[in-house]
Amino acid sequence: MIARVRSIAFNTFREAVRDRVLYNLIVFALLLIGSALVFGQISIGIEKIVLINLGLTAISIFGVVIAIFIGIGLVAKEIDKKTLYTVLTRPVRRWEFVLGKFAGLIGTLAVNAGLMALGFFGALWLEQRKFVRSDANLLTALYFILLEFVIVTAVALLFSSFSTPLFSTIFSFALFAVGTFGDDLRGFAASSHGAAKAVITLAAYLVPDLSSFNVISLVAHNQPIMPRLIALNTGYAFFYSALVLAGAILIFDRRNLK
Amino acid sequence: MFAIETVALEKTYTVGFWRKATRQALKPLTLSIPEHEVFGFLGPNGAGKTTTLKLLMGLIYPTGGSAKIRGMDVQDPRVKAQIGYSPEQPYFYDYLTAHELLRYYAQLSQVPAREQEKRVSGVLERVGLRDIGKLQLRKFSKGMLQRVSIAQAIIHNPPLVFLDEPMSGLDPMGRREVRDLIQALKEEGKTIFFSTHILSDAETLCDRVAVVNKGELKGVGAIADLNTRGTGETEVLWEGTGEIQGFRALGEPHRSAEFWRVLVPDDKVYAAIDLVRQNHGRLISVTPLRETLEDYFFEKLNSKEVQP
Repeated sequence: MIARVRSIAFNTFREAVRDRVLYNLIVFALLLIGSALVFGQISIGIEKIVLINLGLTAISIFGVVIAIFIGIGLVAKEIDKKTLYTVLTRPVRRWEFVLGKFAGLIGTLAVNAGLMALGFFGALWLEQRKFVRSDANLLTALYFILLEFVIVTAVALLFSSFSTPLFSTIFSFALFAVGTFGDDLRGFAASSHGAAKAVITLAAYLVPDLSSFNVISLVAHNQPIMPRLIALNTGYAFFYSALVLAGAILIFDRRNLK
Repeated sequence: MFAIETVALEKTYTVGFWRKATRQALKPLTLSIPEHEVFGFLGPNGAGKTTTLKLLMGLIYPTGGSAKIRGMDVQDPRVKAQIGYSPEQPYFYDYLTAHELLRYYAQLSQVPAREQEKRVSGVLERVGLRDIGKLQLRKFSKGMLQRVSIAQAIIHNPPLVFLDEPMSGLDPMGRREVRDLIQALKEEGKTIFFSTHILSDAETLCDRVAVVNKGELKGVGAIADLNTRGTGETEVLWEGTGEIQGFRALGEPHRSAEFWRVLVPDDKVYAAIDLVRQNHGRLISVTPLRETLEDYFFEKLNSKEVQP
């Protein structure tokens, strides 16, 4: 079982990293990080804040775009091009396929984020010609971005397990956008009344709360990140992704591969 | 024990936005295929061939009936180790080489790690792709992909191979190569179930064929039986005469560049031979006509009768 999941994961990773589209996105993200240096030059006194804000946001946005497009593209393409048929007619269970795909995509995203992070730290070094102790907080911010990718990839896989690539992309981006304002949604739920309160509260707990993963502004202003938040975010990302993946597996297991 | 056995296997899809309408893709299908047989599943496009194959492969779920492979339900995970499957118009991962792809499938098929390299090289050699095994698949032609598809179906040496339209879209050379491959698998004693709409391939390779149309089994017959079934007519060829008066009562004679040819009912053959002799003609051949697969196919395709 583990060997099959590992084979599918490795194959997914290999196929994804050889796709030129991926590199185009990474290069574009690196260019954006590089441009932060220029913006920093014209922002007197807040060069580093601009660089961190722009750099980490670029990594987050491009990572999410890659997660959704590659996540949906790879699974939908497998169904559309019938490659999946030659996998599922072997001693491979459908849940092993979903899990392998997920692991392969996370691996791909981790490598992408690593490449973009290298570019980001390179730009930071060019800006301040040294690294200071508080820069370690940036690693925590990157870790949270990676956790965000894990959730978004799971969501993309869930949608692609039953929907067309176009709708899966729209749904995933919509959920990401709503999730980014998760705090506001909960606040809105708290201030609502009656049936609306119940509906909005349910929605607030169903959509991923990605707002707590965004600590870019905090680290840009040298604010410390509490270990409790790291533990909570890790646990939340793990359980939310596990639940979403379980849903994807349940749906995919019953799906007729027409 | 049959290699493949279906009992009233059927598939109905719900269609439309509200999923209230239904479309029956396969009407109850009962079929038994013994081990070591090459079985052709014939029918025009949209007849239900691929639906049947997908049901047997566990890719779609039946809405009625049952299907067994080597005595096990098709959903039994153990079945998957016993089968190889090549889909119609195969497509694989663009950025992998044929070698990497086959290695991947060998891993998924639980081929022992120490044997994988040997198996991959072996099947690449067998399908004639040894020299381009390190080329990425996006550079492969349709025929080459078809050969890769057959290679992946046999990488784990399964006793049962399913091929969906294996000759579809191939040029004459490609078709011949694939036909030779299937012939070789047949000689190894594998059970082969393949769907096709190319009758000449089925006639060459199959022991038995089934004809399906509009999701319905129209008939099952052995190729050997077809070859012994007469059409009730005999072809008589001769030369050395002009048009023979009186032949028209037996059949309509036609003159080609060298010979005269006539099709006569079997009970009029001796009368035809006598006429040729009386007119000092030289008899070339007297050949009773046998039913071809094409005759059988069209007879079944157009029949209202349904195979029980």
